[in-house]
This record gives sequence, structure tokens and C-alpha cells, in this order.
Amino acid sequence: MSVDVAPSLRRSLGIVAVGIRREPRWFAFAVAGSTVYGVMTVLTAWAIGKVTREQVQPAVAAGHVSAHQLRVIFAWVAGVVLVNVVGVVIRRIAAGFTMYNVAATFRREVTRQYLRLPLSWHHRHPSGQLLSNANADVEATWNVFAPLPMALGVLIMLVAGIVQMVLVDPVMALIGLAVFPALFLANVVFQRSMSPKVSRAQQLRAEVSEVAHESFEAALIVKSMGREDEEARRFEEVTRRLQAANVAVGRTRGTFDPVIEAIPTLGTLAVLAVGARQVASGALQPAAVVQVAYLISVLAFPVRALGWVLGELPRTVVGWDRVDAVLQARGELPYGSAKLQRHGASDSRLEDVDYSYDIVDEDGVESRFQAIHGVSLEVPAGATVALVGPTGSGKSTLTNLTLRLVDPDHGTVSLDGVDLREVRRGGVSEVAALVPQQTFMFDDTVRGNIALGADFDDAQVWQALETAQATAFVRELPHGLDTRVGERGASLSGGQRQRLALARAVIRRPQVLVLDDATSAVDPSVEQAILAALRSSSDGTTVLVVAYRMSTITLADRIVYIEAGRVVDQGSHDELQERCPGYERLVTAYVREAAERAAMAADEEVTA
Amino acid sequence: MSSTIDATSRLGTLDTLRRGVDLSPELRRGLGVTLGLAALTTAGRVVVPFVVQQTTDHGLLGKNGPDPGLVTRDVLLALVAVVITAACAYAVNVRLFRASEAGLASLRLRGFRHMHDLSMLTQNSERRGSMVSRVTSDVDTISQFVQFGGIILILSLGQIAVATALMLFYSPLLTAVVWLCFVPLLFVIRRFQTIVGRAYTTVRERVGDLLAAVSESVVGAATIRAYGVEERTATRIDEAIEAHRVASIGAQVRSVAAFSSGQLVAGLTLAVVLVVGTVQASAGHLTLGKLLAFLFLVNLFTQPVQQATEILNELQNAVAGWRRVIGVVDTPADVADPGEEGEVLPRGPITVDFEGVSFAYPGGEEVLHDIDLSIAPRSRVAIVGETGSGKSTLAKLLTRLMDPTRGRVLVDGVDLRRVRFSSLRERVVLVPQEGFLFDATLRENVRFGRPGATDDDVRLALTELGLDAWLSGLPQGLATEVGQRGESLSAGERQLVALARAYLADPDLLVLDEATSAVDPSTEVRLQRALEGLTRGRTSIAIAHRLSTAEAADEVVVVDRGRIVERGPHRVLVRQGGVYAALHASWAAQQRG
Repeated sequence: MSVDVAPSLRRSLGIVAVGIRREPRWFAFAVAGSTVYGVMTVLTAWAIGKVTREQVQPAVAAGHVSAHQLRVIFAWVAGVVLVNVVGVVIRRIAAGFTMYNVAATFRREVTRQYLRLPLSWHHRHPSGQLLSNANADVEATWNVFAPLPMALGVLIMLVAGIVQMVLVDPVMALIGLAVFPALFLANVVFQRSMSPKVSRAQQLRAEVSEVAHESFEAALIVKSMGREDEEARRFEEVTRRLQAANVAVGRTRGTFDPVIEAIPTLGTLAVLAVGARQVASGALQPAAVVQVAYLISVLAFPVRALGWVLGELPRTVVGWDRVDAVLQARGELPYGSAKLQRHGASDSRLEDVDYSYDIVDEDGVESRFQAIHGVSLEVPAGATVALVGPTGSGKSTLTNLTLRLVDPDHGTVSLDGVDLREVRRGGVSEVAALVPQQTFMFDDTVRGNIALGADFDDAQVWQALETAQATAFVRELPHGLDTRVGERGASLSGGQRQRLALARAVIRRPQVLVLDDATSAVDPSVEQAILAALRSSSDGTTVLVVAYRMSTITLADRIVYIEAGRVVDQGSHDELQERCPGYERLVTAYVREAAERAAMAADEEVTA
Repeated sequence: MSSTIDATSRLGTLDTLRRGVDLSPELRRGLGVTLGLAALTTAGRVVVPFVVQQTTDHGLLGKNGPDPGLVTRDVLLALVAVVITAACAYAVNVRLFRASEAGLASLRLRGFRHMHDLSMLTQNSERRGSMVSRVTSDVDTISQFVQFGGIILILSLGQIAVATALMLFYSPLLTAVVWLCFVPLLFVIRRFQTIVGRAYTTVRERVGDLLAAVSESVVGAATIRAYGVEERTATRIDEAIEAHRVASIGAQVRSVAAFSSGQLVAGLTLAVVLVVGTVQASAGHLTLGKLLAFLFLVNLFTQPVQQATEILNELQNAVAGWRRVIGVVDTPADVADPGEEGEVLPRGPITVDFEGVSFAYPGGEEVLHDIDLSIAPRSRVAIVGETGSGKSTLAKLLTRLMDPTRGRVLVDGVDLRRVRFSSLRERVVLVPQEGFLFDATLRENVRFGRPGATDDDVRLALTELGLDAWLSGLPQGLATEVGQRGESLSAGERQLVALARAYLADPDLLVLDEATSAVDPSTEVRLQRALEGLTRGRTSIAIAHRLSTAEAADEVVVVDRGRIVERGPHRVLVRQGGVYAALHASWAAQQRG
């Protein structure tokens, strides 16, 4: 973020131009409306002068006024006012269209990036910040379109006024025009002092939103541990910093506004003072001075309108920097053009795969941490392979690699012999499905969450629910398939969400199904039923399953045991139990525990 | 009993402002001085052009020719006025910024705090993104109005008053004409205010929807990629963006209509004044000079009136934001802390009693029926049952995340509703299945359980739980950053951290709701042993469908369809051939494979 580089006027105008190019037509309308407004504002004074000279003065002189004269007076003034109002309406409505259309365009572009950029990018950017980029920052960038058309429209007033001044008297005009460099100078000073402050405020605004977001997501933990006061303190700390930053912005703005307002008045006064002497020495007609003084006060208004735009520009630049950082973000997963064939089952293979991710230490120093070391994993078409290992050994990472949610640093991941990096965008999800450990539900209906927009009929949805053992509870929901599940599926229990996630996967009849401890929140009996149903419905499907339970493990044709990101051993359950002590310890933990407890209980009974 | 957060408070505009100012008392502080300075600024704004006009009329265009002396004197006078006006304007701006930022910061804090004080069910009735917008962008709308609009509104009103006084001086009749022209406008504006207000309320709601839609694309990034549903998600976001755009433009069009009517009236007033003035002047009641001077004053009058109509539109926007924040603050916390009135229970072994407890979710059927249960101090109880049997509900009642619809829950013989939260949370801690982690280091996350804890405390807790091997496998040990929501760790690891966090909090009663469901069996067994050894003296209640927990418990409570159907030690129940025996048989079968 360019906090210390005071962005030049040219740069901010460049940003404005980017916006104009998106909505040239509405913007042109707005400027046209504004031009009508500018012209009519000048004409109002002219019209009043005209009717005063031609109607009012004679009437007063005659001591009598006719109805016709009154009608003419009213018609002229009201007519000009009416056209002026029409100009204003056009200007404002068109400016609204410009501003909101451009904002909507950039919101679409920013969120498109969120969908395009890889998971690793998401992991580096707090969600609160991303929300702020799409909302507050876009708004801050394009708010300038509210005052801009007005400022441009009245430029006409400015030019016309200056020309008139020069025509009246070049010397007087020079004094009058001194106002503009002064305004320009004031503005440069303002921009320089304002930009870093606005940038800081905007950054803090995002931080406030991040803290609030995280804290509200953690609401249950905060409540159940009674940490409301600490959270309030954490929020207060960042809120107070935002408060101070906003006051700093206000102080600068509070200085700038009165200065900008005073400068044209000072110009007028200078013209009067100097003009009076000139008139006294006979060098100038009094009327000329009056006219120039009047013109400056007329011009003060468009100049102020320009001031509003200039005052808005630092926010535009800062907002744009934050938006543009998202738009320019690269590191997209590159896609190839290969299409994976649809047939019964796919063969999935990881060959000598290394994977590391970025870690940041407390001092913000980045380094890489290797989580997967030279793993080769083969799941032949139609086979079921169980991935077993202690908590934190890298199982979920391997499932992510299998479906190319992340790319390996080294080695290849393939489906049916095709390197996943060569597969076209969306190609992997056409043939493979993942049920992650932690399910994500959209704020949509049950049907919507399962079909995810694909074309499945009710019968297919029910069938998938049946496989996932979810039919019974879905039937009991108030609107069945059309029940909305709430944000992140808040109205469902963990086990219910897992079963919907499972249905979401099986309905696609994937050629590779990856289950990452996908039934951890369901009852044992339900899990049994799910596994049985999967077995019968997914004949031929290749399955890679992360599991702890013996019942799941024994369904597998082969078991791969991993520890600390390395494959320690693989083979059948019996083989591993025989020769792999880590595996043996893990899978028999409950049985051993039960046996020990039974023994202890027996001892107690004996002793008792 | 349970409520949802009011989408928006139903207060009228004035009541909203009054309530808003009550919630931010800083807005009132020093307001007298600010208004005084504002009055000076306003006077300056009217006086300066007036002096300029007088100078022109008498100094330059005087009957006896130009008078440089008079001009110089007037110019100096005006100069002083300009400087004072600018200085006052600066002071007003700064004072207003200070007061409003302080006031709105307290509003934010109040809203934030209250959001956490609301009951769990109330919190869950609202989308997180929308909760966030209530303490962020909604408050920003208010600050924009108070800082820019508010002052202009005050200055405008002042200018209207000063201009009226001057106009009266020239011609009371024409002044009456001006005011008569503006009276109908007042009614039009009132009508428009309602319409514009409604439009801005819609905009605020659309912002909430927009944030919710965008947050799905961020939080659900992995699922979206795994299912290749980028396009569908994009469509959903686009709908929210479009709805927001349409609502914003709708509000803009309505406010333009309101503003333009003000402008039209202002212009027509000028025409009417000129007509009436001409009649007056031609009848000899007014000189031409005075009529022209009066026209000048009409401009000084109509300009702030137009500005005020504009600001009133912005006011509606601010009021819409204010209503949403007030909507939070005024939502009753239905599971409330008795606070000072409440009892503080001494630390030590704890007893828990359910007396005739029933519970129904708001608008739903009863899910727990007439539960009586007492849990002895220092015992380890396992609550088992099928999904949906009501066992998690029990845990939530026990930790007072919800209050029973009937009956009561007692801790050491005291109704939970009478126990002070600070005391309750110190003694009773719940570890839910999905224990949220903060985007911070492992150390900070564990320390969340006991904010004063040292590194050694944290390390000791992890060691006592038998997690040192896991800890040493992490890239940076205690300093490992866990990522947003702990996503750099696996679900099982997150559970380990959540457990360590609760363990460090050292409560008298630990309630584990499927707290180890994603942990591998041998780690789970180890944890259980550690907890057992250390929970001696502490009561623990575990809800689990991995029945290894039940096997280890002193007592097993079996819940089925909202009722307790069996209770007793594992080895007794397993021989009874009831619900538990069946559950256990299915579990045991899984273990053997």
C-alpha cells in the first residue's frame, strides 16, 4: 500500500477515467445534465436582469404594472428555473447510475477474483479484509462519481466566467485569476496531507470489520468461556484507533474546507480594493470592477464543486489501491485443456509428491513448511483405499492434492494417467468429488445444497439422500427439500450437515470419491448404514477414504498408513497389523482400552 | 422466549435520533459551544456577501461616485469577517469530528458488546455478515451524516434564520410571501422523507445480503473449488450485487425527486417574489433598489433550504443505519446475566441437577421432556444417544447457552438463572464439536482459556494432555499460526487446541460435546486418560458417539427421543440388553471391523 507516496492528481484522475470507461453513456448524460444546470444557473441571473430592465423598471417608473408584464416576469424566471431543475434531475439520476453501476461492475470483478484465485491465496487473506474490499473499498473508490458530473458541468461556467473577466479588463482579471493557483496550491497541500491519513483510516476500517467478523464467528466459544469482556476490549482497541484516525482525517478536512471557501471571497475583496483605487484614478469604470467582482463570486461555486471532487480523490485512490490489489492478484492455478473421460471408475495416482505451505512466524517472517514428503499413493480404478494416520499427519492435505485443490511442489498427481495440471478448468470436479472433514453449507435450500445448480430431478436427490441416510430427517424438515438451511447450514446439526455433504457428492456419481473422515459427526449405526449404501450404490467407483474406525478401514482393499507426511507402510489390514506398530496402536486403541478397563473393573470387583 | 435481532428498529425518525444520541452521549458533549461557533460561522457566511454587496452599491456605485476610503474600510471589515468565519468553521469541523467519532465509537462498542450478550439462539438467527455490518458500515453511514450533513444542516438552519431576519427588515410582506411558498414544501418533504427513508432501509438490508453472499465465496472457497461451482456461486453473488445496485439507484431516484422539489420551489419563489415585488414597487410601497436587495436575500434564504432538503435525505440514510444498530442494542438478551444481583458460587466440586426440564426451540416442538437428572460432584458422566435424541440440547442447557422452557437447572443447588455469568463461566466450560480458533498463534489460542497464562502454563497443559509429541511436530511449536478459523490445522488438531484451551481454563465442570470426534483413536484414548487423571476432583460430562468415552465413564446416561431412558455404569447397562446395549454392540462391531 502506497501510504508514503502522495498520489498525484494525475493518478487519481486516471482511476476516475477507469470508472468512466465502464459507464461512458450514463456519465455523459450526467455531465450533459450538469451542463444544462450550469448554463441555466448563469441564465437565471441574466433572466432576472432582463426582466428587471425590460419589465420591472418601466413598471416602477410608470407607477403601474399590467397583468401582461407580470406574466412575462413570471414566465421568464419560472421557465429558466424549470429547465434548470430538469438539468439537475438528469445530472443526479445519471450520476447515481454511473456510480452504482461502476461499483456493481467492480464488485463483480473483485468477487470473480475470489472465485478464481487458489486456496493458498485465500489462506493468506483474512475474510474480513476480503469482505471490506468487495464492499467498503469499492464504495470508497467510486463515491467520487457523486460530485464529479456537477464539477465537470460547471466547468463551463468557469470557462465562460474567465473569458468574460478577461474581456472586461485584463488587469482586474489577473487579480481575479490569482484565486485559481491559490486554490490549486491549497489542494496539493491537502492531498499530500490527506492521503496517508485516509489510507490509514480505510485500513483500520477493514481491521475493525475483521475483528468483528472473527469475534462474531467465535460467538459460541466467547460465550461458553465467558470471554465477552476480553473480546469487547479487543474490539475497543481497534475501534479507538479507527476513531483517532478518523479525527485526524477530520482535522485535515476541517482545515481544507474553510480555506477553500475563503479563497474566492478573498479574491473578490482584492478586486474591490484594487478596483476602487483604479476607479478613483480614472483608469477603470466602476461597472467593470463590479462585474469582475460579481464574476468571481459566481465562479466560487463551481470552484467549490471542484473542491468536493478533489476532497473525495484521496479516498478514491486509497480505495482503488485496495481493490486493485485483489484484481491484480495472480497465482491462479494454471489449467490445461485436457478433458477427463467419463466412464465407470478412474484410477488416481500420486507419484513422489512433496508439498509445503507458507508459514508466518510471530514476527511476520515467512518460510515454507514441508507437510508431505515424497508420497506415492495409488488408487486403482474401482478400488477402495483407506488412508490412516494420527491426527495432523497430512491426510487431509493428501485428499486436497488428489483433487487438485492444491498443487504439489514436486511430483505428479494424475487421474487416469492425465496430469491434473493439464486438465481444463472444472474438469476434475466433473469426475471426482470430495466430502471434506468440515462441511460447508450454502445459505440455500436442501435441494440447492445437494444439486449445487446442476440438473438433478427430485428422485435423484432423494436417492442420494437415501445413500447418505438423510431421508428421514429431511422428510421431517418443515419444507422438505425446499427447507432453507440457513447461513453455513446453521439450522442443522453437525451430523446432518455431514450427511447432506455426502449426498452432494454421491449424486454426482463420481468416478473418484474422496471421503475425508466424512462421517465423524454421525452415529455408528448411521455410519454403518451409509457405508453399506455407498458400497451398493457406488459399484465400481474408486474410493479414497480417510478413516479411523475399523468398520470403515476393513471395507478397504488396501490401507496406506502415514505419519508426519510420509507413507510408513501399506497393505491389507492384517499385514499392517502384523508389521506396522504405529498402525496397530492406532486402530486397536479402543479395543485395548476397553480390555484394560474391563480388566481393571474385574480387579475392582475382585478386590471389592 | 427467544427473540431474533430486529432487522431494523421500528422507531420513527425523531425517536431514532433521540435514542441514537442517548446511546452516544458524546454527541451532546460540548454541543453548546459547537452550536455557538456554528452560529458565528453562519453569521459570517451571510454577512460577508452582504458587506460585499453594500460595498459595491455604496462604495463603487454610490451617488457621489466611487469612494476608495469607504471601499477600503469595508474590505478590511469583510477581511476580518472572512478570517473569523474560517477559524470558526475550522473549530466547528474539528469539534464535530471529535464528538461524533467518540460518540460513534461508543455506539460501535455498545452494539458489539450487546451482540455477544445476546443468547446463542438469537445470535444464530442472524447472518454473521449482517451482524458485522451493524457495527461497521451501518455506523459509518451515521458518521458520514453527522460529520458532513449534520453541520451543514445546523448551518443551514442558522442561515435561514439570519436571512429571514434581514428579509423582514426590508419587507415583511415579501418575507411572508417567501415563507408561504415554502410551507407546502414542508409537507412534500415530510412525505418524501418517509419514502426516501424506506428506500434507504432497503439499501442497508441489501448491503447485509451482499456481505453474506460474498462471505460464502470466501469462507466456502474449498467446497466451491472441490465441486467446480464457481459459476453458480458467481451467479448468486451477482444477484446480491444487482439487488443492492437496484436498491441504491431506487433510493437515489427518490431522493433526487425530494431534492428537486425543493429546488423547484426555491426557483418559483424567486419568480413569485419578483411578481409581488413589482406590484408593490409600482404601487410605491418599495423602491427598486430595495426589491433587488431583497432578491439577493431570497437567494441567501433558498440556498440553505435546498441544502437542508438534501441533507434530510442523507439523514434518512443515517437513520436507516442508526435503526439497524439500535435494533441490536434494543434486542433483549433473553438468556441474561443476572449481573450484580446474581450469586457467585465458590470454586470446588460441583453438583448439577435437572429438575423437570423441558425444552423446545422457538417455534418448534419439544425436544426434551421433563428431564430429572442429578450429577454428583467429581463424577464422570457420559451422555449417549442417537443423533437428534437431545443430548446436545442437554449440554447447552447445562452451560446456560439456553434456558429451559419448563423446569430448572441447578448448580450446587442454585438455579442457573441466578448465577452470575462470570462465576458460571469460570466454573463450567463447554467444548463444542467445532471449537472455533482465532487467527493467531497456537499459544494465543490456548491462552484464550486463561488470559493470564504464561508460556509454561500453556506448555504444561499440552504436556499433561499428552500432546507434546504433536506439538513438536508443528512447524513452529507454540508460535505456529493456526490461520483463519484455525484452517491451517486439520479438524482433529483444532479439536486438540480447543480441548487444551478448555483444560487451561480449569473449570470445575467440563462439558465435552463431541469434542474429540475428529481425533485419531489412540490420541483420543490418551486424552481421555489424561483428562481422567486430572479430572479427579472435577466433574466432567461427555457427549460422544464414540462409546469408548462411555466405557470410561462412572455413569452413562442414555437419551432417547428427548427422555432419559437408561442410566448406570457401562458394565451394568451393557448387560441390560436395552438401548445402550444395542448402541454399544454396533459400536463394538465397528471396532472389530
